[in-house]
Amino acid sequence: MSITNEVLERNKESGRGTLIGYYPAGYPSKQDSIDSLVAMAQNGCDILEIGVPYSDPVMDGLVIQHATEEAIANGFKLKDLFDIIKGVRAKVDTPLLVMSYWNPVLSYGVERFSEDLLSSGAQGMITPDLIPDEAAKWVELSDEHGLDRVFLVAPSSSDKRVENNSKSSKGFVYSVSTMGITGERAELDRLARSVVSRVKSLGETPTCVGVGISTADQVREVNTYADGAIVGTAFVKAYQQGGLAGLVSKTKELAGGLG
Amino acid sequence: MQTNLRSQAGPYFGEFGGRFVAEPLIAALDELEATYLAAKADPSFVTELAELHKTYTGRPSIITEAQRFASQFGDLRIFLKREDLNHTGSHKINNVMGQALLAKRMGKKRIIAETGAGQHGVASATAAAYFGLDCVVYMGEVDTERQALNVARMKLLGAQVIPVTTGSRTLKDAINEALRDWVANVDNTHYLLGTVAGPHPFPTMVRDFHSIIGIEARAQMLELTGRLPDAVAACIGGGSNAIGIFHPFLDDQDVALWGFEAAGDGIDTPKHAATLSKGRPGVLHGARSYMLQDEDGQTMESHSISAGLDYPGVGPEHSWLKDLGRANYFGISDAEAMDAMRLLSRTEGIIPAIETAHALAGIKHLSTVLPAGAHILVNLSGRGDKDMETAGKYFGLLEDK
Repeated sequence: MSITNEVLERNKESGRGTLIGYYPAGYPSKQDSIDSLVAMAQNGCDILEIGVPYSDPVMDGLVIQHATEEAIANGFKLKDLFDIIKGVRAKVDTPLLVMSYWNPVLSYGVERFSEDLLSSGAQGMITPDLIPDEAAKWVELSDEHGLDRVFLVAPSSSDKRVENNSKSSKGFVYSVSTMGITGERAELDRLARSVVSRVKSLGETPTCVGVGISTADQVREVNTYADGAIVGTAFVKAYQQGGLAGLVSKTKELAGGLG
Repeated sequence: MQTNLRSQAGPYFGEFGGRFVAEPLIAALDELEATYLAAKADPSFVTELAELHKTYTGRPSIITEAQRFASQFGDLRIFLKREDLNHTGSHKINNVMGQALLAKRMGKKRIIAETGAGQHGVASATAAAYFGLDCVVYMGEVDTERQALNVARMKLLGAQVIPVTTGSRTLKDAINEALRDWVANVDNTHYLLGTVAGPHPFPTMVRDFHSIIGIEARAQMLELTGRLPDAVAACIGGGSNAIGIFHPFLDDQDVALWGFEAAGDGIDTPKHAATLSKGRPGVLHGARSYMLQDEDGQTMESHSISAGLDYPGVGPEHSWLKDLGRANYFGISDAEAMDAMRLLSRTEGIIPAIETAHALAGIKHLSTVLPAGAHILVNLSGRGDKDMETAGKYFGLLEDK
C-alpha cells in the first residue's frame, strides 16, 4: 500500500476526511512554488498535487491556465519540477503526486520521468489526458517503481470504463465532479455523488473528487461520500489575491471543513 | 512497402494516432465512432450525403488543366482539382456536411468548430444554417484580424464567433478552446473538428469524408489523360485536403505524393509551420503525431502567412505516410507561396487561397524531381477571396485608408 493510500485510509477511519491541494510548479517562480506547497502541507493539505505547466492545458480553466502560462514565461523547465519536489520533500513528508499532461512526460522519456519521480521523492502521477487504454508503458514503469498512478473517471464514463480505470489506478482514482474544466462552481454537481457511488460499487479503489471544489462546505460534503476532495483553482486564486499569507489562510479555511 | 495502405481505419496508423484525451470525452468519442460506423454502413446515409454534395456542395468538382501556369515550369502538365468551386469556397464543406449529418443522427443540436483561416468555420456555420443547428466557432484572435472577411461571413450565417485570446491566439489555441467547450457541453454538442488531427475517430472519419476529392480526381484523370498522374500535390497544415486527395492513390505505387508545408520565413529559420519536416513525434490535441515542440515537450508556436497552415501539429496518418516513405513533405516559404498565388492568378485567372498557393509553389520543386512530361494533379483546395486583405497588403494593392 502506498503512503497515499495510508493517508486516505487513516483520515477516513479517524473521520477527518482528506484535503488534496493542487499548486503549479514554478509559479510564479521555482522557490515560490516550493514555499506554497510546503505551506499548504503545513496548514492542512493531506496530499499535495503539483501541476506541470504545459502549453496546451485543455482540462484547465482560465485561472490555472494563466498561472501555468506565467510559470513557463518565467522560465520553468521540466528539470525544475524535480528540484521543486525535492525542495518540498526536504520540509514535509506529505504524499506528493505530480499532475502532468502527457506530452511533457513523453518528451522527457516515460522511463526517465518515472525514475526521477521516485528519486526526487514523489509518490506518483495523475495523468489528465492519458487514459489507461494508451498507458501501457506508464503502467509497466509505475508498477516497477511502486509509483501511484491516478487515472480519471467521469460522469460520462461507462460502468465498464469506471471499473477498468479504477482498477488500473493506484493510490486512488480521480472522480471528475462535473462535465467541465477546472474552476470553481457555485454548486458542486450531483454528478459527483453518482460517479463516486459507481466507483465504490464496482471496486475497492479509493476515490477523490476534483474539479469545481472551492469552499469548506464542499470539502466537508465531498468527504462524506468520497475519500478526499481535490482543490486547485481556489488555491491558485488565493495566492494571486493574497500571496503566501492568502494561500495559508485559504488552506486553513478549507481544511477547517474537515471533521 | 505495404500494399494495403488504404485500408487503415485507425485508431492507430503505425505508432501514430490514438486517443490522448481526458476521460470525460471518451464517451463522446465512442458515441461518434459508433454513429459514424453505423452511418457508413447505412445506404440511406450514404445516399443522403451524396445527394447533398450533388445539390448543395456542387460536386463533383471539375478538373482544370493549367497550361499557361505549367509552361512556367518546363515540360509538365498540371491539373487542378477545383475544390475552390465548392459551395463556401474550399474543400472544408465535404467533411462538414458529413459530420453535420452525424450530429443530427446523434440528436445534438449544437455544433462547435475551430477555425484558422476561417474556411472551416464558414463551412460549419453554413451547415449549421442549412440544418438548423446552433453554431459556435472558436478562432484565434490573430486570425480573426487577418481573416476578418470570413468572420463577417460566419456571423452573417448566424454563427457566434469567439476570438481566442490564450496562448498563441491562433488555430492551436482555437482547438484548445473548442475542446474545453466540448468537455463542458458534450451532452448536447458535437465538436465538428475540421481536420484530420485530433483523437480517433476524427483522423479516419474526416479523411473518409474528404477522400471524395481523390476518388473523383483519380477517375477524372484516367478519363482525361488515360492514365494516373505521376504526382499528386497538396498543401498541408492539419492535412485534411492533402489526405483527401492522397488517400485514393495510396496503393498506386507509381503515383508520388507530395505535401507542401508552410515554411514561413524559411525552413531554416525559427519561424515556420513545417511540422513534418522539422518536428518530432509527440502528443498534441489527442493524437500522437509529428509536432513542433521544444526539448520539454511544450508546443512551439508556428508561423505562416497562411492562417490555415499556421498549426504546429499534423494528422497522424501523414506522420505514418512520412515514416513509411509513401508521401513526401516539403516546406514552402511565405514568399514562395505569395509568388505562386500571383502567378496562378495571372496565368490562369484563378485566385487561390494562400494555403493552396503553397501546393502551387511546390511545382517548382517537383519540376526538378519529376521526369519531363510528367502529369501533376494539384488539389486546388480553396479560393483566395478571403485573403484579399493579406494579399492586398503584401503586394501593395490597397490604397491607404
